[in-house]
Amino acid sequence: MLTLQINGKSVEVDVDPDTPLLWVLRDVLGMTGTKYGCGIAECGVCTVHVDGSPVRSCSLPVGLIGSQKVITTIEGLQADPVAAAVRKAWLDIDVVQCGYCQPGQIMAAIALLKKIPNPTDEQIEADMSGNLCRCGTYMRIRAAIRNVAAAQGVNP
Amino acid sequence: MTPKRVFPPAIRRRHVLGGAGAFVLAAILPAGRSRGAGMLVEDATASFAPNAYIRIGSDNVITMILPNIEMGQGIYTSSVMLMAEELGIDPQSVRIEAAPPGGGAEITGGSTSSMTEWMPLRQAGATARTMLQQAAAARWSCAPDACVALDGYITGPAGQRLSYGELAADAAKLPVPKNVALKTPAQFRLIGRPMHRLDSQVKVDGQATFGIDVQVPGQKVGAVAACPVIGGHVGHVDTQAALKIRGVVAVLQIDDAVCVVADHYWAARKGLAALDVQWVEGPNAAVDTQAIYRQLEGGLSGPAILADHHGDARQAITHAHGRYSAIYRQPLLAHATMEPINCTIHVRPDGCDIWTGTQVAERARDTTAEVTGLPKDKIKLHSQYIGGGFGRRLEHEYVTQAARFGRQVSYPLKIIWSREEDITRDRFRPAYLDHLEAGLDERGYITGLTHRIVGPAVVARWEPSGLSANGYDDDLSVGTVITPYTYPAYRLEFARREPPGVITAWWRGVGGTRGLFVVEGFIDELARRADIDPVAYRREMVRNNPRALAVLERAARESGWGTPLPPNCGRGVALQFAFGSYLATVVEVEMPALHDVRIRRVTCAVDCGQVINPDQIIAQIEGGLIFGFSAALYNEITLEKGRVQQDNFHTWRVMRMNEAPKRIDVHLIESTESPGGIGETGTAAAAPALANAMAAVQKRRYRILPLLSALNQPSGHEKEQQG
Amino acid sequence: MTMTERGLGRITGMLFTLLASTGIHPAHAAGASDGQYLTRAADCEVCHTRPGGAPFAGGRAFAIPGMGVIYSPNITADRQAGIGTWTDDQFVKAVRDGVSPGWKHLYPAMPYRDYAYMTPDEVKAIRAYLATLPTSSARPPANTLKFPFSIRAAMIFWNLVNGPTSSHPDDPGHTPSWNRGRYLVEGPGHCAECHSPRTITMGVSASNAYAGADVGGWRAYNITSSKTDGIGAWSADDLATYLSTGHADGHGSASGDMGDVVSHSLRYLTRQDIDAMVEYLRGIPARSSTDGAPLVVDQPTAAHDPADSHGAMLYAGACVGCHLPDGSGRQNPVASIAGARTTLGAANGQNLLQVLTHGSVLQTATGTASMPAFHGGYSDQDVADIANFVMHHFARSSTKVTAVDVAKAKAGSTPE
Ligand code: FES
Ligand code: FES
Repeated sequence: MLTLQINGKSVEVDVDPDTPLLWVLRDVLGMTGTKYGCGIAECGVCTVHVDGSPVRSCSLPVGLIGSQKVITTIEGLQADPVAAAVRKAWLDIDVVQCGYCQPGQIMAAIALLKKIPNPTDEQIEADMSGNLCRCGTYMRIRAAIRNVAAAQGVNP
Repeated sequence: MTPKRVFPPAIRRRHVLGGAGAFVLAAILPAGRSRGAGMLVEDATASFAPNAYIRIGSDNVITMILPNIEMGQGIYTSSVMLMAEELGIDPQSVRIEAAPPGGGAEITGGSTSSMTEWMPLRQAGATARTMLQQAAAARWSCAPDACVALDGYITGPAGQRLSYGELAADAAKLPVPKNVALKTPAQFRLIGRPMHRLDSQVKVDGQATFGIDVQVPGQKVGAVAACPVIGGHVGHVDTQAALKIRGVVAVLQIDDAVCVVADHYWAARKGLAALDVQWVEGPNAAVDTQAIYRQLEGGLSGPAILADHHGDARQAITHAHGRYSAIYRQPLLAHATMEPINCTIHVRPDGCDIWTGTQVAERARDTTAEVTGLPKDKIKLHSQYIGGGFGRRLEHEYVTQAARFGRQVSYPLKIIWSREEDITRDRFRPAYLDHLEAGLDERGYITGLTHRIVGPAVVARWEPSGLSANGYDDDLSVGTVITPYTYPAYRLEFARREPPGVITAWWRGVGGTRGLFVVEGFIDELARRADIDPVAYRREMVRNNPRALAVLERAARESGWGTPLPPNCGRGVALQFAFGSYLATVVEVEMPALHDVRIRRVTCAVDCGQVINPDQIIAQIEGGLIFGFSAALYNEITLEKGRVQQDNFHTWRVMRMNEAPKRIDVHLIESTESPGGIGETGTAAAAPALANAMAAVQKRRYRILPLLSALNQPSGHEKEQQG
Repeated sequence: MTMTERGLGRITGMLFTLLASTGIHPAHAAGASDGQYLTRAADCEVCHTRPGGAPFAGGRAFAIPGMGVIYSPNITADRQAGIGTWTDDQFVKAVRDGVSPGWKHLYPAMPYRDYAYMTPDEVKAIRAYLATLPTSSARPPANTLKFPFSIRAAMIFWNLVNGPTSSHPDDPGHTPSWNRGRYLVEGPGHCAECHSPRTITMGVSASNAYAGADVGGWRAYNITSSKTDGIGAWSADDLATYLSTGHADGHGSASGDMGDVVSHSLRYLTRQDIDAMVEYLRGIPARSSTDGAPLVVDQPTAAHDPADSHGAMLYAGACVGCHLPDGSGRQNPVASIAGARTTLGAANGQNLLQVLTHGSVLQTATGTASMPAFHGGYSDQDVADIANFVMHHFARSSTKVTAVDVAKAKAGSTPE
């Protein structure tokens, strides 16, 4: 039995320690907002936060996490103001197409904006280029992140 | 996708089904054209009628049952807009369902959705609105014309007001009117104005259910491996080690694949890794990429099908002032949709449920019936959101595979293909060689053009009846025969070659994407040969085609065509008429080095006829361009010993944010023509416009895809052939 | 070198196999479990297993520079293909003296001079353990050695020149743990086989022991106590962590053959034994080497390299998923590359190119950590751009590699 802190709750899971967090979330806990795309940390669709940092859950064995670290998934950010601002920015300019990559994009964007409230395009690309979008929504993701910064009144 | 399946929309018969307080407007479409895709919402009532589009409950809940499946193209939103426009309601208030498989060939693909749904969906909305007006008029004893439908209410001449829900039961009893008046474009309140996508909220919340997210009580998860060589089969399987993995419950086998089933996917993957399978690879184990190109090269001479011609192009070339020819080459391409292939199936003795994302729900249902031996009406297909279609889900072999595994077990089984499986066992956009030869006048303009395409006919396997009597695949006409240009004399030949060792299939456009790269590259070569500006050259060629001319001029103007650029920069243009839409694209590129390509800016002018949701047209072009750039620069499926060598995103490279264009400007040209397709137009424009821009920087030709292929380096074997 | 002998054995795709446990093994248990411990300490499995093949069934290819390719034999207890019919004494003679039944002299790819540190009883324990494992009838391919190496008798001459095997009594001038460490390092661990340069007759150099060497396209690092060139600046803790897990923060991760050594051997050793090895290693006299230009490893900042260099852009896309923009490792500490001197520091970038073009696999307590091989999708020039960015950004190294170096690394040879 491993204990994990997920979205403010302590959960126990009975899996081998090599099991990636992604499959614990999706198949053991039924939280399917976090997606599978490559399994080897190349696409970012599985991005969740561990202690606020964006990590690829497909390549994070649960045995490495420990019971103290705080895991946050796309389902766990209902009350978060930055998350709300990001979602609003996404909706305002209709970023999504198929939407499959978007939970990962949004988790990466939230982490970026918490670290750097007003990122330059260079900083956006440094942090977001690890997240693939096959539908090609990059232009709008970039714009939406800029818009969040602008809406929050952060001075450039 | 092939244009052959674009049927003129027509509603042959309509009727209304009452019951349960719901007013159901059903539009029965002609056989061979009706379509559907399974339910997105699971609680359809018993009164549900196949092919019904609109259901209005007495509780005022308005449900729209949508004939096309949503895979990112925004079709749910535009379909709802069409119906809501005529019905007079707020699209945001509508509940959405995906229609279940109906009769006839049904597909979501080929950029045809807007074209085919433009009239029927509006007629459905208008019919429902007319009947509600009639029901209100009967209550208030006034003329139906005096009743105004707006925002979900009918308002009478004396200011009386009833909601649609209150009138639904009455309306359901009325006969369906034959001809209903549609709004004129001037009356549109929704069509042509940007509207937010209806599926955005669930998708940003992580609540949208894609096929891979389906959770059925009692389900197990299977990791699949098919024989790595097409045509091979499973030999000896030793299941011992796999069955020892914690969580693994079964190892299933079909002739060409194995599936390790477990409580969760990771256990299944570990089981699959531990499984000792010996494959009997068969004759295709000898196939490599060179063999495929050698076969194509063989088709450059010798007999071919005459696909299209007018005038005597050969004569024209023989007697021309000048001659010019070139050979273009394009590779096999995978789809690599972001959501890997998956399907959930529950086969029972008395029925079967399927949950998956598919562009061909009915085909998927039918082959499942064959595999399970169940009657078709016992098979329920629940369509889910698709995490990227791009033509991949016009294939349904994964549903068939799931059925063949699923019938061996009693529980619901979800199969997931790993990314590696998804790419290596994909069905690929074919490789092609194209040989063009032009006769030229003194100024360098075409007097006659011959064009030979060597490659497979995708339609032949996918829909054999789609192949022309002479063996031609009409899809190859997009971008070749179907073009903004007219040539004095023209001859298109097709030498069909079906490659060994791979299965070829649709992509985000096949004809359009392959044809445009060739034709627009060749035209550009001719312009530069004649020392005429590529925009000016095309302008001359389309001077009698006002829609083409308009997009070309607009793109040139907005892109600053002809203005000076920094060093190592260049512009390229591509002009097209494909999928019913005109598009001109200018790419501005910077190349600090031969292998380092930076797209600074893309400018598009599009005339896609009547626009439903302008912002989604722009989004489709942005996304389509990036999909196309990605393939044009990086992508090629290669084989060695019958095995595909690309398997994940480090070998199948996908354009990333910092490689994407810094800027894409899309300019929509107002038009009242009927709507053209848009999903594939950007993709088709990408390779030629980019190649032409790179050619402008490097002062050389790019005739081979991917553009960064070593074969395009200056030492490559492709030299300009001039005659 | 024309061929990656061990590169042939490297698995470049993604592996889903996982090691079941990291069980704790007593240093001196008896019988087969002692044999298992020693088998691991001697790292027998890696060399005697073909990639994807049955364990200990042999068939792994070893290219010996200038000599040809030899294949490790099947050492399962199979009576035809393996060593099932050997007597214990024959096995001991093969392991400790390099002479196999029929007086065939084993090629020096088999480190029998090192294995002679083990007592005959210890070697017999290995045999006893091997006998408990499943047999395999796999027969490795025939060796393809050039004359005169194709004559096994030539090895008699080799043995004469490079010294006979012998036992090594404990040195009373050192602590028992130092002696234990020497035993493990010099004996079953056979560290010198990779980390010491070779003499002209391909023997391990004693005068320059552990000063680093080229092995199959890789640079095996200088592991003497030199502070600048070797591991003298590592703390004992870091060294122990590195050996037992394949990673120490600030030092990067084991990859290539060293990754295999950790995966299949070192991570099974007791902490006591690891500490003993550390004690011994830290006492190896400092020797300088030319393989690693001293690194100035400080925190990378944006100022180091423009974010829009091609290498930086490729890194930001293809690499950050695991390594993060600052090289600190995203989800798994094994992916932290900052300060990875062994990979980033070899003067010609060869280890980095090996990792990039052949990938890397490390078995850990929580499963397999893998780095995919960038052998397609990205051109040789792209890979060179990534390498140059990474070396400069994370190690302040001015080394530049070219597309030609990348192509050579793919083929398994060392860049010039
Ligand atoms: S699924 Fe985790 S990064 Fe792709
Ligand atoms: S929106 Fe479809 S993959 Fe990003």
